[in-house]
Amino acid sequence: MLPAPIAMHIPDGFLSVPISIILWIVIIIMIGYALKRVGADIGERQVPLMGVLAAAIFAGQMLNFAVAGGTSGHLMGSAIATILLGPWAAMLVITCVVSIQALIFQDGGLLVLGANIFNMAIIGVAVAYMVYRTVQLITAGKSWGIFLGGFMAAWLSIEAAALATALELSLSGTSPANIAIAAMGGIHALIGIGEGLITLGALAFIYASRRDLLQSGEGAPINSKLVWVIGLALALLLAVASPLASSHPDGLEWVAEQKGFLNLAKSPSYEIIPDYLFPGVSNTTLATIMAGAIGVLIVFGVALAVAMMRHRKTTSK
Amino acid sequence: MHIHFLDPYRPHDSLIHQLDPRIKLVLALAFILTNTLVPNGAWPVYVLLFTLILSVEILSEVGVSYVLKRSALAFPFVLAALPLVLTIPGEVIFSLPVRPWTISMTYPGLVRFISIAIKSWISVQAAIVLAASTPFPDLLVAMRAIGVPRLLVSIFGLMWRYLFVLVDEANRLMRARAARSGYSGRTRGKSGGSLAWRARVTGGMAGNLFLRAIERSERIYMAMLSRGYDGEARSLPLARIRTAHWVTLFLSVTLLVILLSFAYLFWG
Repeated sequence: MLPAPIAMHIPDGFLSVPISIILWIVIIIMIGYALKRVGADIGERQVPLMGVLAAAIFAGQMLNFAVAGGTSGHLMGSAIATILLGPWAAMLVITCVVSIQALIFQDGGLLVLGANIFNMAIIGVAVAYMVYRTVQLITAGKSWGIFLGGFMAAWLSIEAAALATALELSLSGTSPANIAIAAMGGIHALIGIGEGLITLGALAFIYASRRDLLQSGEGAPINSKLVWVIGLALALLLAVASPLASSHPDGLEWVAEQKGFLNLAKSPSYEIIPDYLFPGVSNTTLATIMAGAIGVLIVFGVALAVAMMRHRKTTSK
Repeated sequence: MHIHFLDPYRPHDSLIHQLDPRIKLVLALAFILTNTLVPNGAWPVYVLLFTLILSVEILSEVGVSYVLKRSALAFPFVLAALPLVLTIPGEVIFSLPVRPWTISMTYPGLVRFISIAIKSWISVQAAIVLAASTPFPDLLVAMRAIGVPRLLVSIFGLMWRYLFVLVDEANRLMRARAARSGYSGRTRGKSGGSLAWRARVTGGMAGNLFLRAIERSERIYMAMLSRGYDGEARSLPLARIRTAHWVTLFLSVTLLVILLSFAYLFWG
């Protein structure tokens, strides 16, 4: 029922707090700038368009087609949004889609929302834009350039977002780098083909019926060299970091530990409080019993409070 | 068939529903933050956090079974953390020789894996209660209050308003395709046409959906203009947060800080 096609929405608890916060800061800066650009370039007219298109992308993620053995291809939508709206507006639209998925449908966590927005709305859009724009420039406005560029942009946006997800998970120490990167990268290389094919079909349909939306002219999506550069930088970074990290997972763990990413609280106080002062087993047992008792008391208290409140409500009526 | 069952809001008149949406949003975020910060393997603290969220669920009257059922949504992602059991070095509990390697499960790996699974499970419950007890327009107000930019909030608002319309539209497209047997509902067995053809049909549907959305947005914009829209979405000024709600915020945050320091003291 719910559109939850892509294993890319990280739930809460999977990313360490420093990584979550760093990515929040990055996206706040990026989205803030995107808001300024969109506000300056198009303004009010764009608001209904972005809102409704965000809803359409959310709904479009429900469209699927059978691939093989019970699996199916779906849409993430970063590439098609970029092609239709231009990079800045697409970032806002995908941000809204990802946020609503997290806030309302719990598809992806709230604290890690910054990371999910970064993967899908920033990386997905910037990389898609870089690829599509480059292909457009090379093919000089020929129609097949739109289709080739659309397919490549869709595939690469999925792959880049998946690699970024895997890297973030490994940096947080929640998934070993060599396995996470290979698995995410491999699966999404296939999922990306599905995304590419749907994007291609959508572009063909739009090209046939509303060519003006795809070709430059009045109302064409605004272009941005900055996003092109960011997209290229992100793509290169992921292309270098992923194989490096997966062949030297210890290196990544080392970085993570050096930066204090990995398990912030793993064992800082072991040196200060010697082990035998808090003998593991007996302490844990005691603490568990204590916790259980406190927990029962809290629930009991709450239940009592609710009962009293109901009682008062019914008597006052 | 309409799709408003998508909306997770469950109207009731509980204490949690009455709590100011701004406070509720901040508290949900604070709870998830605490949850994420608790060290791995601090089981009693997990029990306490679970007790806390469980009591909130009971108080909110949205139905504990509803929340628990929905919280299963987060489970598939746990697979991503599963390899930890095998890769983190430490005391081996169990090993299985698969020539030429030996697969061994380690104690620290298991602890970290289970901790991650529990934390994400508890966190998702907080998000579910938030969504189930707060109507979306109130969440928009809360977002605005914690500093989400105005333009973004108005896009959120419009997206939410037309979400159901467009999901209905997507459902109609899929029903039309099924009626023309372009897609077999069975998971196994043959679907119509070749893979590339099926992908193209789906792509056409997506393109169709986007075009309809773009054209609808043009009509909406005209309708908004004719009603005096000038680029600014105006809303009534926010009601002041009642003292009782400030107290709730203060007490809850204190409780979370105490829990967190407890966790660091014993398991840090």
